[in-house]
Amino acid sequence: MAIRNGASDQARSRWASGVIPYREMGYWQPDYEPKASDILCAFRVTPQPGVEPEEAAAAVAGESSTATWTVVWTDRLTSYEDYQAKAYRVEAVPGAPDQYIAYIAYDLDLFEEGSIANLASSIIGNVFGFKALRALRLEDMRIPPHYVKTFQGPAHGIVAERELLNKYGRPLLGATVKPKLGLSARNYGRVVYEALRGGLDFVKDDENTNSQPFMRWRDRFLFCMEAVNKAIAETGELKGHYMNVTAASMEEIYERAEFAKELGSVIVMIDLTIGFSAMQSMARWARKNGVLLHLHRAGHSTYTRQKNHGVSFRVLAKWCRLIGVDHLHAGTVVGKLEGDPRNVSGYYDTLRLNRVGPDLGRGLYFEQDWASMPGVMPVASGGIHAAQTHLLLHYLGEDTVLQFGGGTIGHCMGIAAGATANRVAVEALIQARNEGRDFLCEGPEILKQAARWCRPLREALELWRDVTFDYASTDTPDVTVTASF
Amino acid sequence: MATEQPRSANGANQPAPAFDAVVREILARLDSELIGLKPVKTRIREIAALLVVDRMRREQGLIAESPSLHMCFTGNPGTGKTTVAMRMAELLRSLSLSRKGHLVTVTRDDLVGQYVGHTAPKTREVLKRAMGGVLFIDEAYYLYRPENERDYGQEAIEIMLQVMENNRDDLVVILAGYKDRMERFFKGNPGMKSRITHHIDFPDYSAEELMEIAKLMLARQDYRLSAQGEQALRQYVARRMAQPNFANARSIRNALERARLRQAARLLASSQRPLMREQLMTLEAEEIMASRVMDESADKAPERE
Amino acid sequence: MHLTQGTFSYLPALSDDQIRAQVSYALERGWSVAIEYTDDPHPRNVYWNMWETPLFDVKDAAAVMLELARCRKANPGVYVRLSAYDRSKGRQTTALSFLVNRPADEPGFALERTEFADRRLKYTLRPYATVRPSGQRYPHGD
Repeated sequence: MAIRNGASDQARSRWASGVIPYREMGYWQPDYEPKASDILCAFRVTPQPGVEPEEAAAAVAGESSTATWTVVWTDRLTSYEDYQAKAYRVEAVPGAPDQYIAYIAYDLDLFEEGSIANLASSIIGNVFGFKALRALRLEDMRIPPHYVKTFQGPAHGIVAERELLNKYGRPLLGATVKPKLGLSARNYGRVVYEALRGGLDFVKDDENTNSQPFMRWRDRFLFCMEAVNKAIAETGELKGHYMNVTAASMEEIYERAEFAKELGSVIVMIDLTIGFSAMQSMARWARKNGVLLHLHRAGHSTYTRQKNHGVSFRVLAKWCRLIGVDHLHAGTVVGKLEGDPRNVSGYYDTLRLNRVGPDLGRGLYFEQDWASMPGVMPVASGGIHAAQTHLLLHYLGEDTVLQFGGGTIGHCMGIAAGATANRVAVEALIQARNEGRDFLCEGPEILKQAARWCRPLREALELWRDVTFDYASTDTPDVTVTASF
Repeated sequence: MATEQPRSANGANQPAPAFDAVVREILARLDSELIGLKPVKTRIREIAALLVVDRMRREQGLIAESPSLHMCFTGNPGTGKTTVAMRMAELLRSLSLSRKGHLVTVTRDDLVGQYVGHTAPKTREVLKRAMGGVLFIDEAYYLYRPENERDYGQEAIEIMLQVMENNRDDLVVILAGYKDRMERFFKGNPGMKSRITHHIDFPDYSAEELMEIAKLMLARQDYRLSAQGEQALRQYVARRMAQPNFANARSIRNALERARLRQAARLLASSQRPLMREQLMTLEAEEIMASRVMDESADKAPERE
Repeated sequence: MHLTQGTFSYLPALSDDQIRAQVSYALERGWSVAIEYTDDPHPRNVYWNMWETPLFDVKDAAAVMLELARCRKANPGVYVRLSAYDRSKGRQTTALSFLVNRPADEPGFALERTEFADRRLKYTLRPYATVRPSGQRYPHGD
């Protein structure tokens, strides 16, 4: 049958060997309606000068799905219309003339079920070094329920955690042992014991507390469990110490986790640096063995902090929820580490709620439906102290772990007193909030009232009242909500 | 500080001028909603005025003991007691004399059990549900059956007396029923009588008031009476009032319901189609005349209106 | 010893007015309130004795205070707690839980250590009070 000339011309040019723009290969489709089962990504694209935004978006779509730099005939052996990612929208970023947000849709079939390693390799594994882009950042990802359901999700989740600890109605309290490195196991245990008996719910290893010449992991675990059990006996409430089981290989990680479980620890921790697959293995292990899993996001700032390049923490947070950690460090707003309040609010909601967004004012580009996957307990850690408790409660809410490391151990009356000060501060604020007081404005007053009968709190407020960390944030949302009438 | 302020759930102050206006609005609504009942409305006004002034006095720091608010509504059925109880609950709420202002309506069966140990939890359940609001006990005298020594009603009365005394700030109780039976009840239960501060009697409606009520009920449902229909209804009302078991507004409602049924039957039986709007809306005399009440030969009370 | 279970255990004992305020907070959010009591303070003792059933149909804190008074009267000198339950989807859990009564004298816990292989220890937590049978654990209790 004769092929009409026009059609055959077109056929020849799409499939003719050589290089054609990505947008002509089908990677730019402004009329495409994303399917409910598609995975959607929002990329912040900074094209090289001379590259059109649609072409840049199409290139990102192509290089993160099926394309390569030249036409290949083997594409015609596939149902390529389905498998190619489609950039369906490009928007200029207000106030940043060289930046665009590109919205790209990926077919569900492109991804292996239940595998973050595959998801990451697929979306960020190739395209970020692409020369035609000066910078590229994965801002947000919409994961459809079709895909959410293929993951285990948090080994326990917020509700189950509270029920097994039997602690409700207030933030949980923790602290990291300080100094981070150098203590021997026996002295380390002393810090844990003092902090727990004073009133904290948890103490934790730091991210690099693994197994060093000055303290090996086994000794640390043994002394810490002695400390934990002593503190439980003295207070009558359940406590835990996050045993860091991060190690060089998966076998060693399992060995350490098994030992922690045998000793009766309610919780273990891992660092982000073990990698997504190891994290998923540990999430499975944690659920199977009834142990809470805390994730320290070690190293994330290398790629989450700069606004123009990398992966936004909110995407990492989503991946961590799918993987199935029970705790995730997610920012403090008022502490020593980076965290714009609106972005942090977005992260916390992403971890805790069932339906989140869209809300550009908080950096949430899509509506995310978690299909009843349990929530992850966000952890606030880094330079926070008792005098900020009302701010922490306001910005972060009730379902969190507040970790006051230096804010406990640096107390002038001792570690236990530091712990008591933090616990009293939190309980007093929760009580006042429930009674209907405006705890944000009256926070300092409420703390002062409690300090009258609690000397450790009094000393803590005296010591740290003026400590704040005020620097310009490097990563803020593009959009601010202004009042309208 | 808390003792002089109006009671509210979290101890916060209520804005002073607002409650005055809200009370007026509730009373106005009572006026328009209920036909007649002049003596009742007057009493309610008086009680409201007392409570408002009491509150003003409290705000000025003058002595004003927390008022006892338990009440008794007497009168025949269908005279508006439940409606007034609802408005009273709203009124108390607007004056912060009732924290939640919801109305819980019960009779003896909700309070009294069938066997030993059954009554106390039942009564307590009801009281707990009503806490923060108003408890309306219809035909309360049925709680008191002195002739039956195994009757558990007394137990319910005891529990209620305690709560009425100790939880005056938490619960308002309104008893309701026939006047004479209520008097007998109080005679046998002086403790109960002493706790009731306000007695309000609900008189029967006059024939004219009943006609007004009928027209209001019809208007609300997009019906009207023809001229002959209205005449027929007047006759009906006069006759029905004289017969036993007359339940005032309720009897009127029942009568109108039957009239609607007869109108529907008549319209459907006629061959005219389509039926015009006027026809659909109008009740004719024959709807009324068909009632057994209008039957000269029937002397006893009709089973149906 | 001072048992620190419950949301407000590090604050001075709540007055009735303060309890009422917390109950109002719970009722406003549509949470049902339950009263429980126990004489076994072990932290893994999850199921305390229920005082009747949770109060589902109450609109006002006064109703809860009524039941609390009855519970205290019937069970003097033991631990009593109020728990508020949130039945909403995705939660279905206790939202708030705090002690409203404790024995006058709290003897605390013994920590027993059982040695076994290498330097591992098996820990057993034993409340001193549970040496005696239920009902006789705290003086002034019934």
